[in-house]
Amino acid sequence: MVNQRPTYYEEIERKGYSRRDFLKFCSMITAYMGASQLGIAQVAEAMETTPRIPIIWLHFQECTCCSESFIRSSHPIVADILMDQISLDYTETLMAASGHQAELAKEETMKKYKGEYILCVEGTVPTAENGVYCCIGGKTAHQVLEEAAEGAKAIIAWGTCASSGCVQAAKPNPTTATPIHKIIKNKPIVRVPGCPPIGEVMAGVVVHLVTFGTLPELDGSKRPKAFYSKRVHDSCHRRPYFDAGLFVETFDDENAKKGYCLYKVGCKGPVTYNSCGIIKWNNGVSNPIQSGHGCFSCSEDDYWDNGSLYSRTTGYAGFGIESDADEVGKIALGATAVGIGAHAVATNIRKRKLISDLIDEDETQKES
Amino acid sequence: MQKSNASNLKRVFVWELPVRVYHWVNALVLVVLVATGFWIANPPAIQSSDEASLRYLMGWVRHIHFVSAYIFVFNFIFRLYWGFVGNRYASWKSFIPTNIHFFERIWSVLKVDILMIKDKRKGYHTAGHNAMAGLVYFGMFFVFMVSIVTGFGLYADMSTWFLPQMFDWVPHMFGGDAQVRHIHHVATWVTILFTVVHVYLVMYHDYVEGNGEVSSMFGGWKFMSEGYVEHTKEQQKNKKKKKELV
Repeated sequence: MVNQRPTYYEEIERKGYSRRDFLKFCSMITAYMGASQLGIAQVAEAMETTPRIPIIWLHFQECTCCSESFIRSSHPIVADILMDQISLDYTETLMAASGHQAELAKEETMKKYKGEYILCVEGTVPTAENGVYCCIGGKTAHQVLEEAAEGAKAIIAWGTCASSGCVQAAKPNPTTATPIHKIIKNKPIVRVPGCPPIGEVMAGVVVHLVTFGTLPELDGSKRPKAFYSKRVHDSCHRRPYFDAGLFVETFDDENAKKGYCLYKVGCKGPVTYNSCGIIKWNNGVSNPIQSGHGCFSCSEDDYWDNGSLYSRTTGYAGFGIESDADEVGKIALGATAVGIGAHAVATNIRKRKLISDLIDEDETQKES
Repeated sequence: MQKSNASNLKRVFVWELPVRVYHWVNALVLVVLVATGFWIANPPAIQSSDEASLRYLMGWVRHIHFVSAYIFVFNFIFRLYWGFVGNRYASWKSFIPTNIHFFERIWSVLKVDILMIKDKRKGYHTAGHNAMAGLVYFGMFFVFMVSIVTGFGLYADMSTWFLPQMFDWVPHMFGGDAQVRHIHHVATWVTILFTVVHVYLVMYHDYVEGNGEVSSMFGGWKFMSEGYVEHTKEQQKNKKKKKELV
């Protein structure tokens, strides 16, 4: 039964794509995966010989921007064939079936392909009040996730929600929105952060998993190295202005028109790991920094809690609403100066005798 | 304080040359690191009609920061080593409390120098670091470690050398560069506050004790009363009593 499943290539052919289209897709996706040209043949071969791997795509507390981003990734095969028609066995937003039929499709896939399917998760799981803040088909998100994760080969946590919580997990986090890796501990998890992640990045991760059957190389935060190993800052086209010390001071000044570096208007590119500067967005048209707006770190953990979106400083709550380390430091420096002044005055009062004794001693000695 | 006769002062060699070199190299690179660090965090608005290709100002400031950081690190490592081979004033034992007397001496220092009340032990009066200073320097060693670890953590990604890359785990541990950067700033401020208090207290001790505290970091010599010198010699002879004295 398992061996009779058609391969990706057979399905692609059946859908009317030419061999040429197929190879174009393979070379593009190989480049995205960060593999060398030699990898193209490997990808093509894998897609020709590997039976399709079913994908279950769950939606919890999220806005569906990840799905939106994904189905707009530049090559149609990605959305149309790879996911929509071939592999995606269950996803609430894209599937034709609904209600009991939809749930049945999911259960069948989970049973039939136990230990083989890939589980993709979009959104966080609320755990407060036994998870009542997000229920699907009469089950809480927590139950749905655990059921689906049990038979999964690997889990992909799409977007900042699933990988670190995003806005619904920002303080005070009323629903205790929890990212996937904090709930499922016993499965390989790939975190693909971003709000949303770049469509091509998502395609690259999925293709890697389904074609090679292994996880892509991950960094210490379980993010695929191919896409998250460099800072936005280090691949920014405005970087020469940064190195030159030429900065936009306000969004409406002359420097902004000239396209100078946005560092001083709060661009968080220097603390953000993503591929926006290389792959860009909307089929490579642009990226936030290119369009004149600083990066606000959407792919980093707790980015809603790390101070203002337009400031690189991380705040302390309580010290005058929001103060950063430098402001607290300046106050501490002032307090230290006051303390030193007070100590110096006290020294001259309390130790006057000691000091005058020393001087007297010296004078007596000279006289004798 | 013992009734020290100005006539009966003895020269005591306290700070060996490597300790003095460490101190001033450290002082210099810390000033450079703090200055360039604040520049990098919030560069001043210098206007220019040059093309970016003709200028490399920010690049140079960062370069100086990184070079100074390397000097700081290796200087620091050298000082740790010297804590094991240097003289008794440079020894790790004058930084790390090993017994209850260390804390008694700290209390004594606090009474005499901060609260400015009388203390019969006069325990602070020593040629090397007093107990309070020793413990604070020990604390600063940790602050330096925090600066180094977070600094390398932020730098790892740009480097191809194994040393900074060994700190690749740092941003992952603290949940991103933004947090690491924040900690780096806090450590910087602790260092600044330390420096201010340190310089003040050096001047204070020079002023009230007249032992040549300030110049000792240049020449290595301090002037101590004969009584103190005799005392120290006895101590060294009798190692068992050593801990109770000073």
